[in-house]
Amino acid sequence: MTQETPLLDIRDLSVHFHVYGGVLKVLDRINFHVLPGERVGLVGETGCGKTTTMKTILRVLPSPPANIPGGEIFFQERDVLKMSQRELVHMRGQGISMIFQDPTAALNPVFSIGQQLTAVIRYASPENRNLNKNQLRERALQALRQVALADPERLLDSYPVQLSGGMRQRVCIGMALATQPGLLIADEPGTALDVTIQDQVLRLLQNLVEQRGNSFILITHTLGIVRQMTDRVYVMYAGNMVEVAPTRRLFTNPLHPYTQGLMDAVPRLTGGGISEGIPGRIPDYMDPPSGCRFSSRCPHAMPVCSREKPPVFRVEGPADESHEVACFLYDDAQKVSNYKAEAVPV
Amino acid sequence: MAEIAVSPAPEVRDASELALIQRQNRRDNLGRMWFKFSRNPLSIVGLIMVVIIVLLAIFAPFVTPFPDHVKPFTDFVNAKSPPGGEYILGTDQFGRDIFSRIIFGFRFSLMMAIVVLTLVVPVGVTLGMVAGYFQGTIIDTIIMRITDIFLSVPPLILALAIASVLRPNLTNSMIAVSLMWWPWYARLVYGLSSALRTEYFVSSAETIGARTRHILFREILPNMVSPIFTKMSLDVGWVIIIGSMLSFLGLGVQEPQPGLGTMVAKGSDYLPTGQWWISIFPALAIVVVVLGFNLLGDGIRDLFSAEEV
Amino acid sequence: MSDDVILRIDNLRKHFIVGRKGIIKREPITVKAVDGVSFDLQRGETFGIVGESGSGKSTIAYITMGMYLPTSGTISFNGRDLFERGDRRPLDLRKEIQIVFQDPGSSLNPRRTIRQILDLPLSIDQPEKDRLTEIIRLLEMVDQPPEFMHKYPRQLSGGERQIVAIARALATNPSLMILDEPTSALDVSVQGKVINLLIRLQRELNLTYLFITHDLSVMRNLATRVAIMYLGRVAEVAEAEHFFESPQHPYTQMLLSSIPVLTEAEEALRPAQIRSTGEIPSPVDLPSGCSFHTRCPQVMDHCRHVDPLMVPIDVTDSDHIVRCHLFDQPNGQVQS
Repeated sequence: MTQETPLLDIRDLSVHFHVYGGVLKVLDRINFHVLPGERVGLVGETGCGKTTTMKTILRVLPSPPANIPGGEIFFQERDVLKMSQRELVHMRGQGISMIFQDPTAALNPVFSIGQQLTAVIRYASPENRNLNKNQLRERALQALRQVALADPERLLDSYPVQLSGGMRQRVCIGMALATQPGLLIADEPGTALDVTIQDQVLRLLQNLVEQRGNSFILITHTLGIVRQMTDRVYVMYAGNMVEVAPTRRLFTNPLHPYTQGLMDAVPRLTGGGISEGIPGRIPDYMDPPSGCRFSSRCPHAMPVCSREKPPVFRVEGPADESHEVACFLYDDAQKVSNYKAEAVPV
Repeated sequence: MAEIAVSPAPEVRDASELALIQRQNRRDNLGRMWFKFSRNPLSIVGLIMVVIIVLLAIFAPFVTPFPDHVKPFTDFVNAKSPPGGEYILGTDQFGRDIFSRIIFGFRFSLMMAIVVLTLVVPVGVTLGMVAGYFQGTIIDTIIMRITDIFLSVPPLILALAIASVLRPNLTNSMIAVSLMWWPWYARLVYGLSSALRTEYFVSSAETIGARTRHILFREILPNMVSPIFTKMSLDVGWVIIIGSMLSFLGLGVQEPQPGLGTMVAKGSDYLPTGQWWISIFPALAIVVVVLGFNLLGDGIRDLFSAEEV
Repeated sequence: MSDDVILRIDNLRKHFIVGRKGIIKREPITVKAVDGVSFDLQRGETFGIVGESGSGKSTIAYITMGMYLPTSGTISFNGRDLFERGDRRPLDLRKEIQIVFQDPGSSLNPRRTIRQILDLPLSIDQPEKDRLTEIIRLLEMVDQPPEFMHKYPRQLSGGERQIVAIARALATNPSLMILDEPTSALDVSVQGKVINLLIRLQRELNLTYLFITHDLSVMRNLATRVAIMYLGRVAEVAEAEHFFESPQHPYTQMLLSSIPVLTEAEEALRPAQIRSTGEIPSPVDLPSGCSFHTRCPQVMDHCRHVDPLMVPIDVTDSDHIVRCHLFDQPNGQVQS
C-alpha cells in the first residue's frame, strides 16, 4: 500500500440504531478508505450496511434513531463527525456528490432540468453565486454535453417526466459532476435501469471518472459491475468489512468464505447450474453473534469463530498487493488490527 | 427445520403452536405500536386528555357538584355569579352551574362523535371499497357520482338544510352530520381500494377464482384498516366541532340540555354585559375536547405509520 | 424435439388503449404490448422469455393467466382454447395454470398468515377438514416446517416469501407454472436456493415452466429454450445452448454484451463487436419496419420500412428462428 494520505478515511466506525426492543448494532467497527483518484467498490447484499455507511459519511442519518458510539471519518483530513453544520453543507455541496439508484426520485418533478442544474451549480461554490444567467446556462449545457445527451438546449427546458430512465440517470450524473466534486459516490447507479441502458450509463460513468481522475465509490450488490468499474473492492457482510483486495485479485482469489459463497452463488453465463447459495440468513442486528457475524452460516466455521471476533489479517499477494481478510482461516498471516474483547459502549 | 418427519397429529400440535405464536405476535405488535405512539409526547398528552374527558362524561352524575342543573332548573338568586367559590366556573343566566353543565355537555359531544362515526364508516367504507375494486365499471361510476353530488354541496349548508327540514334536536343533527360525512370515507377508501386491487395478492386470488366477497373483505379490507382508523381518530374532533356548530345555530342540542354549542350561543348574549364566563368556558371546553382528540389522532397516525421501528 | 405441446400461443396480440387524442374524433392512443407472438411450450420443458421493460413479456404471462383478454390471437392449453368462454375460465383450467409473481412483498397479503394464504386456493374445491393436512404437505414439499403456517409474510425473508408463493401456486396441482421474474427481487445468495427448488419441483411433479426474466445469466442455467422479446415481438427463439453460444439477432447480441460478468470464460461468450446504443423507443410510438432499426448497428435501408418475418437461420436448424432481414432467404420472400 502506498503512503498517500487517503481522501476519505473511516476508522473503527460503529453505527447503532435505537429502536423498539433494543439497539440494532448495524455497523461494527468498520475501516474503509479511498485514496485520491482511486475507484473503490463496496459490495454486499441487502441490509449489510452499505447504505448506512454512505449516509454516515454524508451525516444524513436521522439521529435518533441513529447513534454513533465510536469511530472517526476523515474527509480531506477533517473529521466529518465533528464538523459544524456550515462545514457539512460545504462538504456536501462541493466535496462529495452522490448518484442514487432511482433517478426518478432524485430529480424534482416540478422543476425543469435546467432549473435544477443551475441551482446545483450556483450553490456549489461562493464564486459561482456571482455567475449571471447566461454563464450558468452555459455551465449547465456543458454538464449535459459531457454525459452525451443529445440536444442539450431543449433538454434544459424539459421536465423529468419527459425523459426516459436512462436519460434521467445521465442528467443525475451530469449534475453530480457539475460541482467538480472531490469524491463521487454512486449507490446502485444502474439497478433501476434496463440491462442495455444500464450498460450505457455505467460505461459513461466509467469513462467520465477515468477522464477526470475522480475518486469514486461504487456501492452495489452486483459483483459483475464492481469487477468492471473499480480498482479495489471492500466486501461487507452484516455490518462488518470482511475482505478488501484489489479488484482483479478478489475476483481470481477470494479468501473470505462469505465472498467465496457470494461469487459462487452468481449464475454464470457459461451455464453449469446454479449453486445453492449461502444457507441461513443475515443475523439479527439486535443480538448479533459475539464472534464472527458470518460464523452461523460459514461452511468452514471453527469453535473460535463463534467466540471471538476475527481480527483483520493481511495476506500478501503477488506484486505487493494488499489483500486483507477478517477470518480465522488466515490466522498464520500477518495480523493488521486486533479487536479488544469488550464491546463498544452503546 | 429437521422435525418435519415428527408431526404425528397436526391438529393437536397446530392448536398449541398457533396459540403460542399468535400470543407472541400480538404482544410484539402491541409493544411496537405503543413504542411508535409514545415517541411523541403530545400523543400522550392527547391520550390523557381524552381519557379524562371520557371518564368525566361517563361518571358525570357522580363527579359534578350539581347534576340537577342539566334539567329544567332555575335559581335566579345565584344567576350569573362569577367563577370561584361554590361554582368553580360560575353560573349562567338561570343560576345553573357551568362546570356541571360542561361535563354533561361532553356526553352529548362524545355521543355525537360515536353515533356519527358508527353510521358513517361502514357505509362509506363499503361503498368506496366496492367502487374502487370495480374501478372503471358502471358500479364505480354510479357510486362515485353520487358521492360527488354529496361532496359538491357545501357541508355546513347541507347539514343546515337537513337539520332545518327535520325537527331541530340532537338525533336529527346526527343524521345531518352523518349524511354529509360518509362521502369522505368513500373517497378515501376508493383511492386505497383501487390501488390495492392491482396488488399481486389480489390478482392471485382472482386467478384462482376466489369470490368477490372474499377478495373485498378478506384481502383488501384488512389492508385499509390503518388509514381508516387514522381518519376516524382525527375525525372525532371535527364531528364534535360541526355538532357544536349546529347546536350553536340552534339546530342541535336543545335547552335545557347542556350542548356545548348551545351554551356558547346562549351565553354569548351576556358577553357585552361582562358575564364572559357563561359563553367562554363552554367554548374552551370545545377547544379542549377537539385538541385532545386531534393530538390523540396524530398519535394514532404515527402508530399506524409504515415506518419500521 | 417431441411434439407434446402443452401450451400453444398463436399470433397473440394485446393492444392497450392508454388515452385518446383529438377533440372531436377521439382517436385512441394504443400501446401494442404484445404484437403477433407465437410459440409452443413442450410438456416438461422450461421455456424462457427474456426482454427489457416494454417488451411485453409479462403481458403474455398475464394473458395466459386470464388476467387480460387478448386483442386477437389464441392460446390453447392441451388443445383447449383458454378463452373459449371469454374471461370466464372453467375451474379445471384455472387450476392447471398457476403463476409466481415477481415481487414477494406484494404477492402475499401482509395481513394474512401463511396458513390463510395457502388455504385460499385449496378452499375453492376442498372441504375444510382436509385442508390443514394439505397445507402441511405443501410446506413439506418446499422444505419448510409446518410451524411456518402461523407466520405473517413480514416475518419471513424475501426468499422464504417467494418459497411460500411457490407453495401457493402448487396448491391446485397445476401442470403449467408461469414464473414471472421469480428471483429478481432476491439477493444473489438466496436466489440459488429458490431456483434449485424450482428445478427439483419440476422434476418431481413433471411441471412445465414458462420462465420470464431479464436476467440472462439465470436463464442460461434454467431454460431449455429461450425466446427474446423486443417491443411486443419475438426477435429470436432457440435452444438455450445455441442461444447463448451463437446468438444471431443483433438485439440478442447487444443484450448479451451488456451483462456484467464475473469470469474471463463468460467474457469470451459476450459478443465483443457490438455495444449497446440508443434508447428503447416508446411503445406508444413504435418505429416503422423492424422496431429495432433505431438501435441496430447492422441496420440496412429496408429495415426502416419493411417488417421482417420469423425465419430459421438456416435450413438445417428449424428450431433456431430469427426475426431479422440479415437472415432473409436469398430468393427474396420479403413481405411487409
